[in-house]
Amino acid sequence: MASYTFHRKNRPLALYAGAFAVFIYLPIMFIPLFSFNSGWYVKFPLESFTFHWYVDLFQREQLMRALWNSIKVALFVSFFSTLIAIPAALAVARYRMPGKSAAIGFIMLPLVLPGIIMGTSILGLMNWFNVTLSLVTVTIGQMVICLPYAIAVLLPRFIGVGRALEEASADLGEPPLRTFFRVTLPIALPGVLACLLMTFTISFEEYFMAFFLGGTEITLPIYIWTQLRFPDDFPSLLALATLIITFSFILVFASLRLARIGESLTQEGAR
Amino acid sequence: MTVTSVSGPAPARPSAITRFLHRHEGWRGHLLLAPALILMTVAIIGPMWMTLMMSTWTVRGFDIIVTPGLANYTAMANNPMFPVLIWRTLEIALTCTIVTVVLVYPVAYFLAFQTGRSKAIWLLVLTLPFWTSYLLRVFAWRVVLGNEGAINSGLMSLGVISEPLSWLLYSQTAVTIVLAHSWAAFAIVPIFVSLEKINRSYLEAAADLGDTPARRFWRITFPLSLPGVVAAFIMMFVPTMGEYITPIMVGGPDSMMVGNLVQAMYGPMANWPAGAALAVVMMITIGLASLAFVGLNRLVQR
Repeated sequence: MASYTFHRKNRPLALYAGAFAVFIYLPIMFIPLFSFNSGWYVKFPLESFTFHWYVDLFQREQLMRALWNSIKVALFVSFFSTLIAIPAALAVARYRMPGKSAAIGFIMLPLVLPGIIMGTSILGLMNWFNVTLSLVTVTIGQMVICLPYAIAVLLPRFIGVGRALEEASADLGEPPLRTFFRVTLPIALPGVLACLLMTFTISFEEYFMAFFLGGTEITLPIYIWTQLRFPDDFPSLLALATLIITFSFILVFASLRLARIGESLTQEGAR
Repeated sequence: MTVTSVSGPAPARPSAITRFLHRHEGWRGHLLLAPALILMTVAIIGPMWMTLMMSTWTVRGFDIIVTPGLANYTAMANNPMFPVLIWRTLEIALTCTIVTVVLVYPVAYFLAFQTGRSKAIWLLVLTLPFWTSYLLRVFAWRVVLGNEGAINSGLMSLGVISEPLSWLLYSQTAVTIVLAHSWAAFAIVPIFVSLEKINRSYLEAAADLGDTPARRFWRITFPLSLPGVVAAFIMMFVPTMGEYITPIMVGGPDSMMVGNLVQAMYGPMANWPAGAALAVVMMITIGLASLAFVGLNRLVQR
């Protein structure tokens, strides 16, 4: 495709795309801006620079509890959804089997179900079986949300993994499971790490499941949601939001970089 | 390819199950898919069935009467507020979906055809914000649009306006803008993927046969990107239909959506069966609208 020259640079289009990028970042950029502003109210002109709102965060016990809850849930969600997604992605990538496209469609279903419907429906079922709502129910709900993304992240890694290497391993007498752990998995490892980071981020920020299935336990997004009612807390929420956004940008960036490393590795594996 | 999911060290003489799995690739695949399918069944099919059942129950006082009936649905049909609510939700979701898909198409086109070596960076730049919490993105808009928010106070301190533009916050317009912004990545990615898949040699062939760039676009690029456009429609329409945070955060009394009522039924109003019936109606609306998109696509592609 190197000889492909039909799409000469179109400057207006590039400008439009640039403007669009600015538009999607602009509202988010106001959050950090005002989080360092000493005024109680979020408005121009800015007053003086302060770290006060950040310091204030560390004195909130409820916030610390919500943060800890979020981290716990996100760790479990990312571990288990990746664990389930690995064999599923492998099956989708490698196996010819009847009913495969139906199964894929079924697994991808959460992508086209509104969060409120999944949340209330699982709530109804849990209630019917008298399951007490807790962080465990939140974890299960969020695993469902994460699974389609996890499989989508892993799939290209498994399609790419060098089959030649696997066949070589099998020919040299390695049993299948050892081939998987010594050849397939190491090559796909960047993809697996990317998947762990991605699902961690999704869970960390997920709102609907945490809201409907959390019972009395709250996670960070629910904490933000409940605090929004109190105008006095607004500047502190801006500081908290700044920290969360920075943190998730770093995680997602790392995840996408890892996925790209995985890409180059799998190409090498295929060679 | 000989990966199986049988655990433990390989036995000297394979068991019957191992031999069976070794011979049947399909079963091996299903076994690997099983955990995911079981989770989905437990957490989607079960709950959906439950919601469907629950929508036929009724609440009397503090009791739930589990005798099936259509009371919730007839109550909805007889309530003049309900069609208004459904219609408004459809209007908001459709407006923001159509506007976003139209606005985003050129961006996806740029991404697929014009970015060259910097494609990965552009893709990262355009999708990164959407991985941050959706709650925080809506929150950000409240900061921007509020009566004392960035736009109003900024314009006022510059002397452009003397009092806040009240339509910015607490309006249906605000809800539409914020929803479009929140879910734009769901529209960019499918369109980008379908444009990326187009075989460039078709375009070369058309050019060799004398087609102008505009004709190439309308006769090749655009029709081949339609599946992505339909996917973008559905991916964006679905979450916006089920929305209830945005109307609370930046909408006013005239922008309440079906999702708000569902949430109220499960929350303060404590009438789960009525909420379940609303959820069922919402699902049917989404299903019908998605079918309409797909049908429209078929019609256009002929």
